[in-house]
Amino acid sequence: MKKYYQPEIETMPVEEIKKLQSERLVKQVQHVWDHVPYYRKKMEDAGVSPDDIKGIEDLHKLPFMTKDDLREAYPFGLLAVPKSECVRIHSTSGTTGKRVVAFYTQHDVDLWEDLCARALTAAGATEEDTVQVSYGYGLFTGGAGLHGGSHKIGAMTVPISSGNTERQLQFMVDLEASVLCCTPSYAAYLGEAIAERGLRDQIKLKAGIFGAEAWTNEMRTDIEQKLGLKAYDIYGLTECSGPGVAFECEAQDGMHINEDHFIAEIINPKTGEVLQDGEKGELVFTSITKEAFPLLRYRTKDLCILNRKPCPCGRTHVKMCKPLGRSDDMLIIRGVNVFPSQIETVLLNEGMTPNYQIIVDRVNNTDTFDINVEMSAEMFSDDLSKVTNKEKELVAALKTMLGIQAKVHLVSPKTIERSEGKAVRVIDKRKLYGV
Amino acid sequence: MTVKQISVFIENRSGGLREVTDLLAEAQVDIRALSIAETADFGILRLIVNDTFKAANALKESGIVYSVTDVLAISGEDKPGSMARVVDALADAGISLNYAYAFFTKSKETAVLVVRVEDIPGALNVLKIPGIKILSEEEIHEL
Repeated sequence: MKKYYQPEIETMPVEEIKKLQSERLVKQVQHVWDHVPYYRKKMEDAGVSPDDIKGIEDLHKLPFMTKDDLREAYPFGLLAVPKSECVRIHSTSGTTGKRVVAFYTQHDVDLWEDLCARALTAAGATEEDTVQVSYGYGLFTGGAGLHGGSHKIGAMTVPISSGNTERQLQFMVDLEASVLCCTPSYAAYLGEAIAERGLRDQIKLKAGIFGAEAWTNEMRTDIEQKLGLKAYDIYGLTECSGPGVAFECEAQDGMHINEDHFIAEIINPKTGEVLQDGEKGELVFTSITKEAFPLLRYRTKDLCILNRKPCPCGRTHVKMCKPLGRSDDMLIIRGVNVFPSQIETVLLNEGMTPNYQIIVDRVNNTDTFDINVEMSAEMFSDDLSKVTNKEKELVAALKTMLGIQAKVHLVSPKTIERSEGKAVRVIDKRKLYGV
Repeated sequence: MTVKQISVFIENRSGGLREVTDLLAEAQVDIRALSIAETADFGILRLIVNDTFKAANALKESGIVYSVTDVLAISGEDKPGSMARVVDALADAGISLNYAYAFFTKSKETAVLVVRVEDIPGALNVLKIPGIKILSEEEIHEL
């Protein structure tokens, strides 16, 4: 069985990786300088030019990029190649306000699929396997990424997408799927469904690749027992291709970041200062091979720790721990990115007072999403149907903005919990980060 | 001729109604009639009181969400067919009821039907029926 998809790269000595990163960084900075006026201006404002970047030791001189930059430059402002060279886009789930659109050349797609192939190979998948890709297909990167990776390793790919549990189980049994790719909460949900129907003996799964949302080691144990497989984590973000930026190996102790394509840094989210390996801070990525949508020093807002200790699997690329939280207030609910400010926007658009509280929990491995909204004079009427119609309108507007359904509860004014005078906007009961 | 109704938002949780009734008791407001419409999450308490101004002030000061609406208080004899005549008259005229509720008076042999309609002049027009009386604000307060 093949242990690595690209052994020469995945086990490359650390010094050589650094050399490769330096070469690619220098080229990439020049590429961005030449083709992305938006970032060039940021560099000029920071008093840096491509001549100042001679290798990874100079990376810290470059200005950061954030989601705000992506929004400001939307849609084409960060595109570094002519549109004619792009073959695809992907976009983050969610919203007008915070939408991210990323572009791919054919080469970008190829490299991204290689990364997913590395992840699948690390999970033990080969051309003998049947890979059921139960991530959503479409704008979301999950389906397309693992689908492409599965093709690369020559496995039989089942592009079933998410949802329709009966069909998922039928294919899993009939086609003898051996590798499952989906969100961890969906995996847990499928595990429950299998137990309920007594199908455990007919399931042939041996490995699962589960990402796109935070999950704990307790959840891993639960999924592994219910589905009878070994569960591997995968990390990625649309801004950096998608899943496969980092992936877990058989050691199941952190995810190897594909350092031949991404330079990872950990910074102090308040000061921007670069921290040492082993220190907790915000994860920052520089993509050094992307052609269409190269981001330099992109702040992920994920809090994380990097680990450079040698890994028993033989891979030499640095490992990141599971994200330990966020440096902003973004929530990931059923795999969808949700910002509290979006709910405020909807309430204001609907002519309501923006007094709300989000309550997220996980019941039977599925995220529940409730929003308490304080009743206001503008929304109130003596006529029940008028109030319930407004409530329905609000639910629909939230669905359009967020991309997922929330349960809305109208509550009395001034009843939303205030802490030191500040309203508590989010109550997340899921304990996702294992703390 | 209409009377004022106070509608109050009440969250569906224990003690939700009590907050309002306690408040009105403290303000020495006398409740003449009451009805509740509810969903799983909240209810609307509709009240006819002896002093609308006082009640509204007390609710406002406590930050409770309420609204004041004009409704018709229709008084008729408390006997079979009395209410049917009112509802028939409105239905024949194509006037739809948003909601309605009834209460009885202490002393007299009459029942009062409170109705909420969009077309108040139209309703008043068709309710000119012998034995049926539209009550004024003062008359309601004196009941």
